[in-house]
Amino acid sequence: MCAVLAFERAPGLIMDLPQFLENFLQALTAGLLTGAIYGLVCVGLSLIFGVMRVINFAHGDFMMLGMYVAFYAFGMLAAVPLFGEWLSPYLAALFAGPVIFVAGMLVHKLLVSRVTGMRASALASEGHYAQLILTLGIALVLQNGALYLFGSAPVSIQTPLASTAWLVGPLHGERVEIFVNQGQSIAALIALAVVLVFVAVMNRTRLGKALRAAADNPVAAVYMGIDVARAHRLAFGLGVAITAIGGGLLASSISFQPYVGLEYVIVMYAGVVLGGLGSVPGAFLGGLTIGLVQQLSTLFLPNQLQNAAIFVMFLVIVLLRPQGLFGTAARRT
Amino acid sequence: MRRETVLIIGFGLAYAAFAALVTHSYYQLILTVVPIWAVMGLAWNLLSGYSGFVSFGHAAFFGLGAYFVALAQIGWNLSPWLGIPAAGVVGALAGLIVGIPTFRLRGHYFALAMLAYPLALMYVFEWLGYQELTLPMRRDAALQFMQFEDHRIYTWLAAGLMVLAMLLTGRVERSRFGLSLIAIKEDEAAAEAAGVRTLHWKLLAITLSGAMAGVAGGLYAVVLLVVTPPAVFGMLVSAQALIVAMFGGAATVWGPVLGALVLVPLSEFLHAQLADKIPGIQGVVYGLAIIAVILLAPEGVVWKWRAYRRKRARAAPAPAAASPVSPAAAAQRASGPERPVIFEARQLSKSFGGLKAVRDVTLQVRQGEILGIIGPNGAGKTTLFNLLNGFLRPDGGEVVLDGRSIAGSAPDRVCAAGIGRTFQVARPFRRMSMLDNVMIGAFLHEPSAAAARAVALDALAQVGLAEHAQRLADGLTNKQLRLLEIARALAGKPRILLLDETMAGLTGAEVEELITLIRALAASGLTIVIIEHTMQAMVRLVDRFVVLDDGAVLAEGEPARITQDPAVIDAYLGRKWRMANA
Repeated sequence: MCAVLAFERAPGLIMDLPQFLENFLQALTAGLLTGAIYGLVCVGLSLIFGVMRVINFAHGDFMMLGMYVAFYAFGMLAAVPLFGEWLSPYLAALFAGPVIFVAGMLVHKLLVSRVTGMRASALASEGHYAQLILTLGIALVLQNGALYLFGSAPVSIQTPLASTAWLVGPLHGERVEIFVNQGQSIAALIALAVVLVFVAVMNRTRLGKALRAAADNPVAAVYMGIDVARAHRLAFGLGVAITAIGGGLLASSISFQPYVGLEYVIVMYAGVVLGGLGSVPGAFLGGLTIGLVQQLSTLFLPNQLQNAAIFVMFLVIVLLRPQGLFGTAARRT
Repeated sequence: MRRETVLIIGFGLAYAAFAALVTHSYYQLILTVVPIWAVMGLAWNLLSGYSGFVSFGHAAFFGLGAYFVALAQIGWNLSPWLGIPAAGVVGALAGLIVGIPTFRLRGHYFALAMLAYPLALMYVFEWLGYQELTLPMRRDAALQFMQFEDHRIYTWLAAGLMVLAMLLTGRVERSRFGLSLIAIKEDEAAAEAAGVRTLHWKLLAITLSGAMAGVAGGLYAVVLLVVTPPAVFGMLVSAQALIVAMFGGAATVWGPVLGALVLVPLSEFLHAQLADKIPGIQGVVYGLAIIAVILLAPEGVVWKWRAYRRKRARAAPAPAAASPVSPAAAAQRASGPERPVIFEARQLSKSFGGLKAVRDVTLQVRQGEILGIIGPNGAGKTTLFNLLNGFLRPDGGEVVLDGRSIAGSAPDRVCAAGIGRTFQVARPFRRMSMLDNVMIGAFLHEPSAAAARAVALDALAQVGLAEHAQRLADGLTNKQLRLLEIARALAGKPRILLLDETMAGLTGAEVEELITLIRALAASGLTIVIIEHTMQAMVRLVDRFVVLDDGAVLAEGEPARITQDPAVIDAYLGRKWRMANA
């Protein structure tokens, strides 16, 4: 699926230097653009882990829901003359945020809160596994429920921008030219903006303080009058909403089906673990790195192995440096 | 034969007999896949159910087994009669290869890493061009290639495999292996301190588990005749293994089987009835089953049933707590410098970030003595114990036992060398009986369950808990927990016993009982090092004190001298107090 992002390029290892340079720069560009969106997606996952210490297996499936919300919202918005085909993909992606926020809050309140939070600590190790397994169950229901609701045929958001590119170059003696996809560039900028807004919310507002307090020490936060259960619910809702926006942004550059979340859940965890579980800036950088690795791997590996490369990299990171490459937030639970 | 063995074999025969009556080919297929998924659930259970290391990646072993059987028949014309056992070997090897690096991880990280293996394999097999492998038809040699006209034979094979897997699980459960895995699930560090070679057992568990999953996958390929990457490496395979085990009851022989008997036909039936109208119904059913199990009965059906039976059986109230048997009055033991030094710390240091928790601590433990280590809270006493028993690796200095340095040895090695310990906050294996708790310690020298049981009963009697042997360690009184930990350590036949604040939180009368017990242990030749931060009881118990303050040794000597030492009084009560009372 991700292969759609990479431009057609001649396979084969024998190529001259300018050709390689062009391919390399092209993959680098694609990697940065995809990576920014992966970064956004990772930030959502990281928020949930940072505040609740919950590993959310269903996270990829909330992203998938975000993609479908954006897909259907685009269908409606594109009909409105004011938005047209140019603006509506991005509005649709942002619209997925609040919708999935509500869905996330509900899922947390009805299901996740029963095995996490303060009560879970009383369950000792049992609670620890209960939430892993519960979110696995939620993931299965979402994936297969979506199969029923949306069908198994791959879809994508078709926009004129997605097939338009800026041409950079010619560089290096007239032989190197790079295409920068316009749709992806705008999506990457929006992803970056959402991350910056989120960081500002976490650092500046009362809500952000409450979330950070609940993350640091839930017991002390309760004594300070913070409603930790509500903080967890908000964190879960916000986390899946942020990831849903990322999914909405991706939806115009890849085609997707109900099982798409499964591929991305590993991509996301790779990014989050790379950045150090629980660290927001780390998660963004981690996601960016994964995007780069994925695109650059196409220079050496067949397209089918792109995802295998990510899984292998994920395993290597987890096994060698579970505290993350960027060294922050090394707390392990 | 044991009763359970008879039950398992009887169940297998009954299942086979029932299958013989079914002639409809679709129902036959369901009857065949039920035991296959039961074996898969038992495979998951052997690792994750008993050891608590939750695997989301058992599809890796299943898929490798399935592909091995298919490819070996296509490529080498290998009969499944050989291919399926070989698939078990493939699964076992895969388990070992996965286990060696992955057991460096715990909890979330372990589960996540396990998820990545089958998904990576799925893409690799697709890339290799094995999108859909079909086992070649061999009507010429049907028997040799397991291509039976009568589909009931597949069911009988699967049921036979299930019986074998159940018998194996039962055997593991009753053995040192199974109890060690449960101890790891309950408290891995405490298990290590009791001498359990945790990595060894975990690797054995994942190897056996991989073998069972590989065999299940191999038979699956033969029965379905078509192998595709999503069907054998997909998330649903791992999820199915997990959910049949959890639904029926993890860490039991019957749980995974019960789960498969209920859930597999249910989802197959729904799939057959509704899949064209509601695609994905199978996944939704499993998802909902997982959610329901976790919210309503996270322990599974079998454990619910056992709890119900136990409640009914408990007619009589639990007996009151007994006091430790007072052994013949401990003889006043001779003390003095003439006893040989058997255990010592030499300039031991440990820092956590900027905090120097233990600084240049040197102390000697003499054979047969009771050495008290006292010091205010935060003096570094528990850190010192953690250095002595191998939980922590010292930054500098040595731990010397019988003249050999053991610093940096793993806790289970230290325990095997003859050093037992207890914990400041008691760490029993809560969901094991007291007897099983103590047996974990006893296995150190008695690998057979029967012998370990005898040793454990002795150790329980020694501390006065013999009559509670079958009680769960959960919900004991503080004193019983302390005694249980001592018994667990004693069962490992230590020469030196490290007691960490054993008397904390006990009433005056209970402290007296413990003093009697510790004296009796010392009289029997055991060397004891005990930590306390209060002095009263210790003055009457120990032969010698080492006083720690701020991570360093402040004073050392006999009780009478230590209680008069100005430096000790300063550390405990403050300089002003000494000046005022001088």
